[in-house]
Amino acid sequence: MQDRKSLVLVAPAFAWLTAFMVVPCLLILALAFFRRGIYGGIDYTFTLENVAMVFDPLYARIFLKSAWIAGLAASIAAVVGYAAAYAIAAMPRRHQPALLFFAILPFWSNYLVRTYAWIVLLNREGLIVAIARWLGVEGALPQMLYTEGAVVLGLVYNYLPFVILAAYAPLSRLNPEIAEASRDLGAGGWTTFRRVILPITLPGVATGFVFVFVLSIGNFVTPALLGGGQFQMIGNLVYAQFLTANDWPFGSALSMVLIAVMLVLLTAQTYANERASTGRQASGGVDG
Amino acid sequence: MVGISCRAVAIAGMALGLTAFAASADPLVISNWDGYLAPDAIKQFNEATGNSAELVLHATNEEIMGKLIAAKGKGYDVVFVSSPFAEVLHNLGLAEELDHSKLPNLKNLYPEATTLAHDKGNTFSVPYTWGTTGLCYRSDLTPAPTSWNDLLKPTDALKGKTTMLATDRWLLAAGFLSEGYSVNETDKAKLQQTRDLLIAAKKTLLAYDDTTFYSKLVSGEAQLVQAWDGWCNYGITENPQIKYVIPKEGSDLWVDTMVILKASEHKDAAYAFINSMLDGKTHRWAAENILYKVPNKAAMEGLDPALLQKYPNMTMTSAELLKHEQLRDVGAAQRDYSRTVSEIMAAN
Repeated sequence: MQDRKSLVLVAPAFAWLTAFMVVPCLLILALAFFRRGIYGGIDYTFTLENVAMVFDPLYARIFLKSAWIAGLAASIAAVVGYAAAYAIAAMPRRHQPALLFFAILPFWSNYLVRTYAWIVLLNREGLIVAIARWLGVEGALPQMLYTEGAVVLGLVYNYLPFVILAAYAPLSRLNPEIAEASRDLGAGGWTTFRRVILPITLPGVATGFVFVFVLSIGNFVTPALLGGGQFQMIGNLVYAQFLTANDWPFGSALSMVLIAVMLVLLTAQTYANERASTGRQASGGVDG
Repeated sequence: MVGISCRAVAIAGMALGLTAFAASADPLVISNWDGYLAPDAIKQFNEATGNSAELVLHATNEEIMGKLIAAKGKGYDVVFVSSPFAEVLHNLGLAEELDHSKLPNLKNLYPEATTLAHDKGNTFSVPYTWGTTGLCYRSDLTPAPTSWNDLLKPTDALKGKTTMLATDRWLLAAGFLSEGYSVNETDKAKLQQTRDLLIAAKKTLLAYDDTTFYSKLVSGEAQLVQAWDGWCNYGITENPQIKYVIPKEGSDLWVDTMVILKASEHKDAAYAFINSMLDGKTHRWAAENILYKVPNKAAMEGLDPALLQKYPNMTMTSAELLKHEQLRDVGAAQRDYSRTVSEIMAAN
């Protein structure tokens, strides 16, 4: 009885996902095995050429470069986001909702608007340079916009709230008595953090890290706008195949590999989280 | 097999879409870029002819091509696309062979506009706007450039203050032209040579940009950029010190066209629409507002001399335009183009 009820409840979501997620993904998968027609379009002849081309050193290098930029952005976001979540969780309970609200406030504006705001701030005739000049800084200032640093900055800024939220959840549930117990047993503040608090809350940060990594590696807007189009990430490559080269089959092959990378990461992440939580339950449970 | 079922799904989807459409009405569907028609052009056409035309927008050529190829041209009557894409529509058998007797206003076009390389005699496309791709610069900050190499191998003072177009064809065209090759070059060795040239140029660029380059000139962030003439005009509107020049090695001649789809079920209305666009006064709107040259003699002759003085590239004659080579569809070589551009983008 209960089973049937949950089946009914789950059906709409399941149908939705099948129609708008599974079917399009299967279509993309199928497209990856056809040829590009001579005038664009698709020539329905089976080929493995597109999939093989993804592993060409040129495209493999673009994949690695994307992974590097996404990894850098995710690492910085993890450190900054964890620190922010820690600070929020350490505040009096009544202030926490307001602080979290401010952390996610940027999400209320459009991604493009937020990215353009960085262009206004960072460009050579922009706000930061103007302030530096006003403060009396002379001479040529380093180029900030259209650099790899600007791309990483844009990604960190846009995806930071994911880490804050993911890290805040375990941090806010942390039983203060655990820290007290650690202190009673003679551990200093740093040791308590490193050996007690960090291991318990790490899965939250790891979730945040994977989120930022997965969102960053497929991103194409930020490299185009903040990187001045000079840093091609895998997202830009897919975009170019669909929207300028009119090579849907190769674009599909690239997307499939990207989706596969993301799936592996997300599965590994889920598996690690499960292991961490069952491990904790087995050892008596600490976050109650 | 999978292909057939993919198509079946797509066709089923479209059939659903079309039935929904048929229920509401059956308008003449025109697809165009945003802001490329006078805001009241459709309304005026409908009032004058009793049609129920409807405007839909596409952001890029590739976007509308994707839709047209997938649906075999169904669902659209008239599309505005750039000339290489008009050529593809023709090659795929999707473009209607034009009956000139239904387009009396064709007489308004310059004679040169009927001899365009992609479609001599306007058999399947009618030119709407045309122009060149050259260098746009701040005359108060940098000396006037004369060659593509002023952009590709800039002086120290200009390093980090130049931009190039991000779109494959035009990015490569700058390299091809600087080396004296055709803008449609497909020889692999020449393509590689151009790639190396463009990789070297990348190190001196501020950015690849084909949407905001003229505002970078206005702010002074950039001083010399690769630009379409009409877009350079947008910069000139904000700062008269901005000037446009065609390098000595030449330019490409870009042409945006109107095409009737073979699958159109409202051919007469589609002809009437294109004919109304070719009316001198209607066509003049594009020159006055988009600041692009139009291949319409009647329209260009009606322009305010003050406009021509402010935007000198508008005075370029059709004979001068025709000296430049058009970008053509390169067919299978498109993959080499796309790979070359990826190599440039992946280079450090």
